[in-house]
Amino acid sequence: MRYSLFNVIVNGLTKNRFAERAWRDPEPKPEYDVLVIGGGGHGLATAYYLAKNHGITNVAVLEKGWIGSGNAGRNTTIFRSNYLLPGNEPFYEHSVKLWEGLEQELNYNVMASQRGIVNLIHSDAQRDVYVRRGNAMRLAGADSELLDAAQVRTLLPFLDYDNARFPIKGGLLQARAGTARHDGVVWGFARAADKLGVDILQNREVTGFTRGPDGAVTGVETPRGTIKAKKIALAVAGSSSRLASKLGLRLPIESLVMQAFVSEAIKPLIPGVFTFGAGHFYISQSDKGGLVFGGDLDGYNSYAQRGNLPVIEDVLEGGVALMPLLGRLRLLRQWAGLCDMSMDGSPIIDIGPLPNLYLNAGWSYGGFKATPASGWCFAHTIARDEPHPLTKAMRLDRFRTGHVIDEKGVGAQPNLH
Amino acid sequence: MLIPCPYCGARDAEEFSYRGDATPVRPDAAAPDAAEQFHDYVYLRDNPAGAFRELWYHSAGCRRWVEVERDTLTHAITATRFAAEGRRA
Ligand SMILES: Cc1cc2nc3c(=O)[nH]c(=O)nc-3n(C[C@H](O)[C@H](O)[C@H](O)COP(=O)(O)OP(=O)(O)OC[C@H]3O[C@@H](n4cnc5c(N)ncnc54)[C@H](O)[C@@H]3O)c2cc1C
Ligand SMILES: [Zn+2]
Repeated sequence: MRYSLFNVIVNGLTKNRFAERAWRDPEPKPEYDVLVIGGGGHGLATAYYLAKNHGITNVAVLEKGWIGSGNAGRNTTIFRSNYLLPGNEPFYEHSVKLWEGLEQELNYNVMASQRGIVNLIHSDAQRDVYVRRGNAMRLAGADSELLDAAQVRTLLPFLDYDNARFPIKGGLLQARAGTARHDGVVWGFARAADKLGVDILQNREVTGFTRGPDGAVTGVETPRGTIKAKKIALAVAGSSSRLASKLGLRLPIESLVMQAFVSEAIKPLIPGVFTFGAGHFYISQSDKGGLVFGGDLDGYNSYAQRGNLPVIEDVLEGGVALMPLLGRLRLLRQWAGLCDMSMDGSPIIDIGPLPNLYLNAGWSYGGFKATPASGWCFAHTIARDEPHPLTKAMRLDRFRTGHVIDEKGVGAQPNLH
Repeated sequence: MLIPCPYCGARDAEEFSYRGDATPVRPDAAAPDAAEQFHDYVYLRDNPAGAFRELWYHSAGCRRWVEVERDTLTHAITATRFAAEGRRA
């Protein structure tokens, strides 16, 4: 069924008695052309573009819990393409372009809203850095605009502009950046992939792999049986090292926890997203009215999927210093997700490193924005057995050859990216 | 999280700076396969979910490097020692 206004009215009046399931709940086939492990945004987008762009429809997505139970359902929903390095920027700009048409593409309301992002500037040095970044973005065809303090003040009048330590001197604006509803993105890709014949298999944890004599990966083991496949694609974000270890692989990844927060709902206040990089704080407002914000990683390796108090205090202190009115609001909820922090802070999309295997990992705390482009490029990599031109720099062997994509320049220290 | 420093006793984790995995050992730069070994040492990690040996620096305390055995699923700390002793172990 195609969703439309007519549809919404009819289903509303008939109390959804004739509404279809958004996607099927099929029994697995014994063998697939491609098995995608991980029902987050990236896994589902990969399956969708395999079917849509490459005509490969004998595909299943295996998810250990429910789809979107990982970081796809835990992030702060920001998409943007304000990266610096040539290995990253064109990829993220492609993603923003895909966000711009995603609702029509998927026939699903993912609530993508291009409300803009401002990175605040507090010093001359920081301005130089953002000028360079803004130019790099423009070179890759993205939009960027340098704002002075007065321009930032008209956009965000409620900030403390005269803080002694971090006075606001301006900002870098990307007007085409924005937010989307994270669950909607998961459901939209799932429904659209299912329509093209992809099987979405929930509550199927991959616990091991079957291997051929040459070491090739030939299938997966789950508590409910073995499933064979010609190609097997890993897209399990924070669980990448755990799953790869079952294949005897060690990855350039460490898992750390990142927290997010939401306040009680208030009337529209914040027009877009803004970031306080110097103070480790960023914020936007959801359509429901809650202020959605976050800051730094909890700085040590963890699979706990919950955060600790020191970072909560740190984020809130940064937030209140910049935006004093935040102190008048009540915090409603706080949660955490498992981030697959790569050694250079940039992602990995590649063929291998074993026969029949494909790897999508290392999204760190920034993979939501990448969801459509990651699916687009990973599907290309799997279907054609060659990297997509936009992800040529994101291969696994860059760590061996020294071609790391280190946006922050902090080196192989994942808790600092 | 409280980290029992072998010198200072139990102290808030905020007093420490984090280095990460304590197990990689710096390879011999003169080894014939040094480039490969350094790739392994600098970039590849076991990244276990469970028991983990890691290095913390007690920067706001005794300023010594401490090796901590911690469970990455529960954050429970089972043992700590000075890093130099951990190396010898
Ligand atoms: C607090 C927080 C805020 C963030 N904010 C932003 C943001 O504003 N903008 C942005 O761009 N990014 C953000 N991110 C990062 C982003 O959410 C992730 O990089 C991205 O969601 C990862 O891709 P995914 O959606 O495919 O991952 P996930 O949704 O984590 O998908 C992986 C899936 O694999 C499943 N899985 C794991 N192991 C197995 C197994 N053995 N068998 C089967 N299935 C398995 C998991 O259950 C999970 O559903 C944020 C992350 C966090 C934690
Ligand atoms: Zn000490």
